Amino acid sequence: MIEVRELTKSYGPTLAVDRVSFDAKAGEVVGFIGPNGAGKTTTMRILTCYLTADAGNATVAGYDVLENPIDVRKNVGYLPESAPLYADMGVVEYLKFMAEVRDIPKSQRKERINKVIDICGLEGVIQKDIGELSKGYRQRVGLAQSLIHDPPILILDEPTSGLDPTQTIEIRNLIIEMGKEKLVLFSTHILPEVAATCSRILMINQGKIVANGTLEDLIEQVRSEEKIHLTIRGTEEEITPQLRELDGVTGVSHVKTDNGVVSYEITTSQEGYDASSKLFHAAQQNRWDLVELHHETIDLENIFLHFTTGISSDTPSNSIIIEEKDASEEE
Amino acid sequence: MQNIKAIFKKEFRSYFNSPIAYIFITFFLAFSSWLFFRTFFISGQAEMRGFFGLMPWIFLFFIPAVTMKLWAEEKKIGTAEILMTLPIKDYEVVVGKFLASFGLLAVTALFSLTLPIAVIVLGDPDGGTIICGYIGLLLMGGAYLAIGLFASTITENQIIAFILGISACFVLLIIGEDIVLFSTPNWLFPIFSYLGLGVHYSSILRGVIDSRDIIYYLSIIGFFLYLSASAIESRKWR
Repeated sequence: MIEVRELTKSYGPTLAVDRVSFDAKAGEVVGFIGPNGAGKTTTMRILTCYLTADAGNATVAGYDVLENPIDVRKNVGYLPESAPLYADMGVVEYLKFMAEVRDIPKSQRKERINKVIDICGLEGVIQKDIGELSKGYRQRVGLAQSLIHDPPILILDEPTSGLDPTQTIEIRNLIIEMGKEKLVLFSTHILPEVAATCSRILMINQGKIVANGTLEDLIEQVRSEEKIHLTIRGTEEEITPQLRELDGVTGVSHVKTDNGVVSYEITTSQEGYDASSKLFHAAQQNRWDLVELHHETIDLENIFLHFTTGISSDTPSNSIIIEEKDASEEE
Repeated sequence: MQNIKAIFKKEFRSYFNSPIAYIFITFFLAFSSWLFFRTFFISGQAEMRGFFGLMPWIFLFFIPAVTMKLWAEEKKIGTAEILMTLPIKDYEVVVGKFLASFGLLAVTALFSLTLPIAVIVLGDPDGGTIICGYIGLLLMGGAYLAIGLFASTITENQIIAFILGISACFVLLIIGEDIVLFSTPNWLFPIFSYLGLGVHYSSILRGVIDSRDIIYYLSIIGFFLYLSASAIESRKWR
């Protein structure tokens, strides 16, 4: 339903979106995730025909964003960041206006409006002006607006930002519900949110798509980075060569020696827990005095850092900055 | 058409949902009636020329106040992003908004009919020139509105839109004034005297409706609405 090919857009000298390509189809909830300023909003604005790309093309619901912007917009419900709404309009008045410009036949307008009021839980505020509403309700009115024409595609820009935990959960549930039939593309920079709602993750950094797949796919891709922390009482000269000889061990890096205790970070070609138990057995055989052995689990944060900076989370933060500098110099 | 109507309705209502329309109508009428009646009884003539003669100058400050929010506000609070991702063409939004502001002007003109009624009660004015005066007032007002709307599309700050609107109208108004025309080079004279916002209005006020005057105001309106639509569309490429 959405096909994006080599989309590029720059604002003056800054490249906001850099050759972005991806596909998404109905029944998917695609989480668009990346640091602030990564290009999420720009991509969404291009897909909703608010902005025009410098290069590349995109089709939404089968229509080209450049050639048939009106048809694209008919098939998309869009909620921009922070739900901009007309403060001086009443909730129902606003929805009526939206129904009218969305070309919903007069006979069905009332029904559609009641339907979205019901879906978004707006019954309590239909008497009010939008300006009087709390942030959570505004967000819901924004969502109601995007659903009024029952579009096959929903594009939501940070739909949960600024909401309290209860409201966040409500919006997430709504997204999951909508994602059963529709294609929902939503952006966020809150990591657990993607894990909770998305069937697929699109990770974007500095305008480039750096990862695309299900959470499991991404974990799989990062698995080679999985580290085991091993601390043994002994001397580095004695232990390091023995560790390197172990079956399946692909990397041994010495972290520090402290009071006769050496710490290592070990990468292996095996699944996490197998590798840990192998190391434990090796320690037993060699009669090493094992102080610590722990297996670093991969969570979304590791994946995020892996794809956005190329290193894992436990590296000291100053080296992340250095890495970023290197990357920008290469460009 | 359907979309223009929807935008018109929304904008027109928003004038009356907020205090803008009431403040505008009240002050416009109070201000113009005061200036009119100040000299009306002294001159002792039952005519409206004084009232219509004030309009180019009163509009200068009142009209940009009506149009300044039309687009600048949408940009500022971000509602433009929802509006421009609806299945509507840019020009439909512009025309809808223009018509809404024109509607407010028309309602104001309607309320100001109390003045000619008072004049009719007091004396025996020429009905033809009053009717022409109102037609001219609406045409010229439309031109001011289109210029003000354009000023609103090029900034997201309402104050700047207001000042820009006044400045643009002011320049277009004075280039047709005698003082300016006397000092313009000969080759510019016909252009300035044709483009002056008030020139065609005064010729309508004489009681003759010439198609050239109507075409002039319609072209000014069309031109600035086109510029507004282009300014709105330019967001895409920047």
